[in-house]
Amino acid sequence: MGIAFTSSAPKQSGSPLKSGKIVLVLLLPGLLYLGMFFMIPLVSLLITSVETPDASGAIGMYQYGFDLSAYQHVITDYAPQIGRSFGYALLATVFALLISYPLAYFVGVRLRSRPLIQKLTLTLVIAPFFISFLLRTIAWKQIFADDSVTMNFVRNLMHLDPSFHFLGTPGAVVWGLVYNFIPFMTLPLYTSLERLDLRLLEAAGDLYASPAAVFRRVTLPLTMPGVISGTLLTFIPITGDYVNASRDFLGSPDTSMIGNMVQADFLQNSDYPSASALSAVLMVVILVIVGVYVKRTGTEDLL
Amino acid sequence: MKEFVPAGADLELRAIRKEFPGFTAIENLDLHIPAGEFFALLGPSGCGKTTTLRIIAGLEQPTSGQVLLGGQDVTFTKPHERPVNTVFQSYALFPHMSIVENVAFGLRRKKAADPVAKAMDALNMVELGHVAERRPQQLSGGQQQRVALARALVNRPSLLLLDEPLGALDLKLRRQMQIELKAIQMEVGLTFLHVTHDQEEAMDMADTVAVMNKGRIEQMGAPEALYERPKTAFVSKFLGQSNLFVGEIADSSGDSFSISVAGNRITVPKHRAEKQAGKIAIGVRPEKVEFHRTDPAAASHLNILGPGVIKDIRFTGVSNQYLIEIPNVGDVIVFAQNVGISPVIELGEKVWISFKVEHAFGLADLPVGDEE
Repeated sequence: MGIAFTSSAPKQSGSPLKSGKIVLVLLLPGLLYLGMFFMIPLVSLLITSVETPDASGAIGMYQYGFDLSAYQHVITDYAPQIGRSFGYALLATVFALLISYPLAYFVGVRLRSRPLIQKLTLTLVIAPFFISFLLRTIAWKQIFADDSVTMNFVRNLMHLDPSFHFLGTPGAVVWGLVYNFIPFMTLPLYTSLERLDLRLLEAAGDLYASPAAVFRRVTLPLTMPGVISGTLLTFIPITGDYVNASRDFLGSPDTSMIGNMVQADFLQNSDYPSASALSAVLMVVILVIVGVYVKRTGTEDLL
Repeated sequence: MKEFVPAGADLELRAIRKEFPGFTAIENLDLHIPAGEFFALLGPSGCGKTTTLRIIAGLEQPTSGQVLLGGQDVTFTKPHERPVNTVFQSYALFPHMSIVENVAFGLRRKKAADPVAKAMDALNMVELGHVAERRPQQLSGGQQQRVALARALVNRPSLLLLDEPLGALDLKLRRQMQIELKAIQMEVGLTFLHVTHDQEEAMDMADTVAVMNKGRIEQMGAPEALYERPKTAFVSKFLGQSNLFVGEIADSSGDSFSISVAGNRITVPKHRAEKQAGKIAIGVRPEKVEFHRTDPAAASHLNILGPGVIKDIRFTGVSNQYLIEIPNVGDVIVFAQNVGISPVIELGEKVWISFKVEHAFGLADLPVGDEE
């Protein structure tokens, strides 16, 4: 219940100067780590994004400069991929939430009286992590392959056209995204729901709230921190995902997302400024979306 | 949703039985609470009183039996469809809402007109109008308790259930809240059902007290009647303190009969005895007992026991508590008011005790350990 109970840390006792030093010493490893592996790469990324092609004209060679043409290029030429990334991410996040909430509610609330089964179920939620997600995604590729048993069965069952296929469609990509990221949604939701004070639900029922009203007025608001962290933990990585949408896995050239473009520009076209500019654009858009989202839902305490 | 009754409604429980896996919480409970009464359900923890309350609120389903509210069968009515509100032991205030929104919650669900204005009125009644915009966790325990009360009362339920709502408060605040609660009940005229394990609280506030033990109601009545004439060993010990003497009826004459306990004769009037034959338990309240340093002259209106030895003396302010050990009889508790100069009496001193026959009461059962 982070919304309600987050409060400022208790005041330090003792000499402020001394405790300040201790805090600094304790923070130092973390700050160093962030500096070396986050700040420096970030600055390097931004510098690369504004580099100009080398005077020699050699492919893949760039020199320092301040050239914003890469930004112009990615924003105009990659608009479909950018739109797709956020569209798929939104869809996959919504599906993951719709699937995860009842699951997390069941495990976190209904199974409370049976701790053993509760822990076991929770393990099952995490269990897929034990296998490489590339393997798992390839498994889906085989399941959805045009001549697979599954697809033949589905085609027969739903009387679909023999030419109907699923692999390579946006549907398959979103499916893969939901599947791969669902534990990131379920776990924060579970944490919120597991701490939910059920006496509050009884009180709401006692105060004439129907089960639907209890959910809308009490359960959901009180588990909002879990919903927010779950959606952020799925939405953000999904926008940058380049596996599911790749034509080697569940996608096709028509489903490529930002991640696929970054990969192509960086590894195939050696167009480092474009790859960097695209990454920077992705980052800024995510920051804006997350900022607005968190502000609107009133859970600043979470960040 | 059912029509809400504007004033208090009477509650009737018919043959309620509640079984949980492994144990029976309520055996066979019949209870009738007239409209407008302040009724207390008193019992030790685990006696089934909270389960009874939860069944009335609709939070539990009875295994068998019926719940009637204002004559209507509500046994299978969902909690949110019952004109009943509860003040929970934990208060259960919604932490994500302001105080006034907490109070307006029920009104909003019922789609009542002017929920905020009514909520403010209710908050003013419990003198908390000034904290309306705060969050529950910013309030003290006593304030939260009053908010919980306002949140329930504002809906004008036919029946208000109080689940040990004063349990978490300190003694002084609890006394103050008891007075306020009683005043509010008289003012609004609703039916109150108060569940508590605090016998003083129950006797102080309720018109009628039902003493519950092991899923059954042992005795029910006005607090004075319960105290004056407890009918079972449990009630005599749970509601105040009692000295109990057990023996076979030795002598029956006219309107009284006597038992003999280790050579001491104890007489009880027949109209104050539940059981008229065989082995019975006779009790007396500690404040009705006096002690003497010399053997008092036997008289037909007095029960005399002794001599015994003073084992313990406790000074509690207005009175002293003495524990007197009488050989072959057991320990007897005596409360003596500190009026005038109390007799100088010391540990180990030899004393006799006496009490009036008219103060004795005969129980329907025998204390634990003395059963046949």
